Amino acid sequence: MPRVGVVGIGHGVFGRRSDATVQELAFEAFRLAMQDAGLTREALDASVIAAVPEYHKQRSVAGVVQEYLNLNPKPTWLTEVACASGSAAMRTAWMAIQSGLHEVVAVIGCQKMTELSTGEILALMGRVGEVQWESVFGTTFPGYYAMFATRHMHEFGTTREQLLQVAIKNHHYGALNPNALFRKEITLEKAMASEPVASPFCVYDCCANADGAACVILAAEDKAKAISDKVVWLDGVGSATSSMSVLRRPDLVGLPSAQEAARQAYEMAGVTAKDVKVAEVHDCFTIAELMAYEDLGFCKKGEGGPFIADRRSYIGGDVAVNVDGGLKAKGHPIGATGVSMAYEIISQLRGDCGERQVPDADVGLTHNVGGIGQYTFVNLFRRD
Amino acid sequence: MFSWFGKVSFVPYSKVQDFAVHLKGGRLMGTVCKGCGYSTFPPRADCPECMSGEFEFKEWSGKGTIYTLTKIDAAPTGFEDEVPYTVAVVDLEDGGRLLAWIGETISEDDAKIGLDVQVVPRIFEDLEPIKVYYTVEQAGTTWGKAPV
Repeated sequence: MPRVGVVGIGHGVFGRRSDATVQELAFEAFRLAMQDAGLTREALDASVIAAVPEYHKQRSVAGVVQEYLNLNPKPTWLTEVACASGSAAMRTAWMAIQSGLHEVVAVIGCQKMTELSTGEILALMGRVGEVQWESVFGTTFPGYYAMFATRHMHEFGTTREQLLQVAIKNHHYGALNPNALFRKEITLEKAMASEPVASPFCVYDCCANADGAACVILAAEDKAKAISDKVVWLDGVGSATSSMSVLRRPDLVGLPSAQEAARQAYEMAGVTAKDVKVAEVHDCFTIAELMAYEDLGFCKKGEGGPFIADRRSYIGGDVAVNVDGGLKAKGHPIGATGVSMAYEIISQLRGDCGERQVPDADVGLTHNVGGIGQYTFVNLFRRD
Repeated sequence: MFSWFGKVSFVPYSKVQDFAVHLKGGRLMGTVCKGCGYSTFPPRADCPECMSGEFEFKEWSGKGTIYTLTKIDAAPTGFEDEVPYTVAVVDLEDGGRLLAWIGETISEDDAKIGLDVQVVPRIFEDLEPIKVYYTVEQAGTTWGKAPV
């Protein structure tokens, strides 16, 4: 099978972006990616937009983004699988190129989350789970992951301190990332003392809503080699689902969709977990990063707590995880997140990350989860 | 009348809407497929195994064990007055799992994974129109004795 390569990347500043519309955010990332690739718009065959519609007043947001990027009449389409929309966009761009239909495709993840009122946010939060049998009891997004954490602590002895070590690491690296929402270190004492949200979680176990955009330009193998002399290859695309209702899951200590998506991506790329030098994982809550270590095979099921406590996911450990700050410190504009993860891995494989650079990074992956693991996409990147 | 189920209802209609009528009568019902006998909770009209659309309700004992739980301090719209409330996932003796609030018969200290419990049908007596739900109570608690 021919390969699909990344020829350009761009990333805007994540945060409360009261200065810009969603299409203006998209333009920032798109401009940088086009400059990085050295391309003009004529070279693009299509775009894929990742965004979660219910946060925008503008319905059908792909249309307004496509117009503002001046990409009419080229084709575009929206991908939506909650917080995994960005990686789904990467996957459909890969499919469009591998089918032979298109040769060069721009993937744009963009989201404005801070324009909704607190009331609108709270109403959305109340419908995150399965609404017929679960949301009627006031379940929340942190509440679901908190139930995973409670069970994980019960079965494996995972501790509050180990969970918060994830937040401390991600803030440590986020402080070094100019695109991050929170650019400051945190302490265990401060994290432990933060407001309770859903036991065992407090505020510092949770990522923050943000506005932002990221862009990646993908091209067919021959085209990619002609465009760029620093191509990073998207060599494995894994995708799987788990039940919408947590009541239909085999257990609540991991995400079956993540385990299966990882298996597919490793197999397609011909690598194992041990080959991965740098990873971006979906740390929407602290427990989610611990379960990701396990579901991706960086450690055995149940050993995620000791894995972070022993700093094995820091630079210099077994595998550097979320060294851009992760969702926790960088912020989580949900449609943009998967593309932002890809941006970081590609930057790492190019060796462009400065003081956050992972030495000898040649294989990296993104692990992007939608909802409470209903959807997971694992994309495997490699440089030659 | 599936809109009877839950303090805030998001699902007014369902092929299993008689569940709410049974719950008002004090019966917790699961479903059994008439085609292959597959039984499940929560109820579903269409069999995931044999694809039959023929089903019947069957009463569940409501006995179970806490699988996991969380105390929620930050509530969504419609649940602000309940804060803090503890939500538990219960493994049911008759099969399947259920998610519900921990009721008054279980103290915060006793609400732990592995606790044997009884799911009890309840009515919001101060709400109009009819609103039914269920709570997770100490093993042995019955419908008539449940605090309301």
